[in-house]
Amino acid sequence: MKTLKSVGFLLGLPIILLLWWWLATSGAPNFFAPTPAKLLTTFVETWIGERLITDVLPSIMRLVIGVLAAIVLGIVLGLAVGLNRTMRAVTEPVFEFFRALPPPVLVPVLMLLVGINDGMKIAVIISGCIWPVLLNTIEGVRSIDPVQNETSRSYGISGFARIRYQILPSATPTIMAGVRQALSIGLILMVISEMFASSSGLGFTIVQFQRSFAVPEMWSGIVVLGLIGVALSFIFQAVERRVLRWYHGLKEVENAV
Amino acid sequence: MTTQVTGGVTRASVKAKASRPASKGWPKWVLGLIGIVVFLGLWELMPVVGLVQAKYLPPASEVIAALIADLGLTAFWVAVWDTMLAWLIGLVIAVVAALVLGLVIGMSPFLRRLTNSSIEFLRPIPSVALIPLAVLLFGIKLESSLLLIVYACFWQVLIQVLYGVADVDNVAMQTARSYGFSYVQRVRDVVFPTMLPYLMTGIRLAASVALILAITAELLIGSPGLGKEIALAQSGGAISGMYALILATGFLGVGINAVTRIVEKRVLSWHPSVRGEATV
Repeated sequence: MKTLKSVGFLLGLPIILLLWWWLATSGAPNFFAPTPAKLLTTFVETWIGERLITDVLPSIMRLVIGVLAAIVLGIVLGLAVGLNRTMRAVTEPVFEFFRALPPPVLVPVLMLLVGINDGMKIAVIISGCIWPVLLNTIEGVRSIDPVQNETSRSYGISGFARIRYQILPSATPTIMAGVRQALSIGLILMVISEMFASSSGLGFTIVQFQRSFAVPEMWSGIVVLGLIGVALSFIFQAVERRVLRWYHGLKEVENAV
Repeated sequence: MTTQVTGGVTRASVKAKASRPASKGWPKWVLGLIGIVVFLGLWELMPVVGLVQAKYLPPASEVIAALIADLGLTAFWVAVWDTMLAWLIGLVIAVVAALVLGLVIGMSPFLRRLTNSSIEFLRPIPSVALIPLAVLLFGIKLESSLLLIVYACFWQVLIQVLYGVADVDNVAMQTARSYGFSYVQRVRDVVFPTMLPYLMTGIRLAASVALILAITAELLIGSPGLGKEIALAQSGGAISGMYALILATGFLGVGINAVTRIVEKRVLSWHPSVRGEATV
């Protein structure tokens, strides 16, 4: 009974929405809104098959490479800058400016500097995603409990071991918050870089559909992007739960007291 | 979740400050200024030395001169106005809608459970996926930008409001109920104060997201504003003009961050999380 109820809560609203959509579109045919059945068949026809390999996978590859590179670079640079108080003060205004700069404006810039190719799209993703990771790493390192620092020092833990066992773990919750932002920025930039200047990829294909008024195909492309977004969010949550297991446990203990 | 992290950060940074006076070495603003000068110097040198072609990355001095020239042009201020108008309208619509819906959903355990799966599914959909739809429905008008901005910002604020309502103290709620508070009174006097810090975090995040999407819509769809000017300058080969406009969007972003931080501090001056230093 209990599981039945939670399944009902899980699927209730989606089913109502689907029914509503079905009822609204099946009566009078609307140019802009395909029926659910039509969208489903279009989705299968359009995306399952060759296009998956020629357009979807390369886009996802670029996204993954870009985001991972941004995370690694952001953490390494963030550690280097965050551990040094002078460096922190010197870089702060410049970094704050780059964080505030809306990342899509980098697309035309990198188009000029790198040219129109895969490298440019990855560069766009890296240059947009790195700032939240970088700034959150600096912030995470800066705000480490001083007692911890002094403890490491008096136990003679220094260099790489200190970074590995003291600094990185204490900064991880803040870094993960940055990674979450980086993921959604990365997805946006993947689509934009392909819409702006490209001859392949998801963003390009969807814009092509829209320009040729292939409305059901366009919707199916929107669904693909949505699915990628949802998948990314689930992967992130799973990774975060693993990486921060100790942290959530600690919070629970603290809250229980 | 995010707020908890922020809270921890704030407390720790206050401690760090107290134990270490910042008097050693040069004051912070001087160091920051040095950073800016070094950055501009590197930028100035790169094309001169030949690391990049000057026609693709003009020296900093040229770009800054172009920006200063822009400041005297009406067309520039019209573009800024268009961008800020889309930003403001989109943000206001998203915040109002998310606040009302978030309160209604958050106050009812039944609605919260019912909507949870749909919200978790709709929220990660990137709003740029809606660009083709916006073009079909509205063309290159302001409404295109608004569709993207409202969709993206709505979720940011809604999630924060839901967290905020869930954080309301149960005892306070029961007390209000047994004192015969009406629904409206409960929302106004019990839920709202607890939720306000969460709401402000949501608005702060949404404000920068709204700028990103306003610029994106202008860049890609061609609705009026700074983004469209950037695309025009790029395709017209006015490269230092393009960099000047990009600098301008960066300053807009810095301005928005600064203003939202000040507003947040003012509105929440009574709240412990702001008594330290608000970061992240």
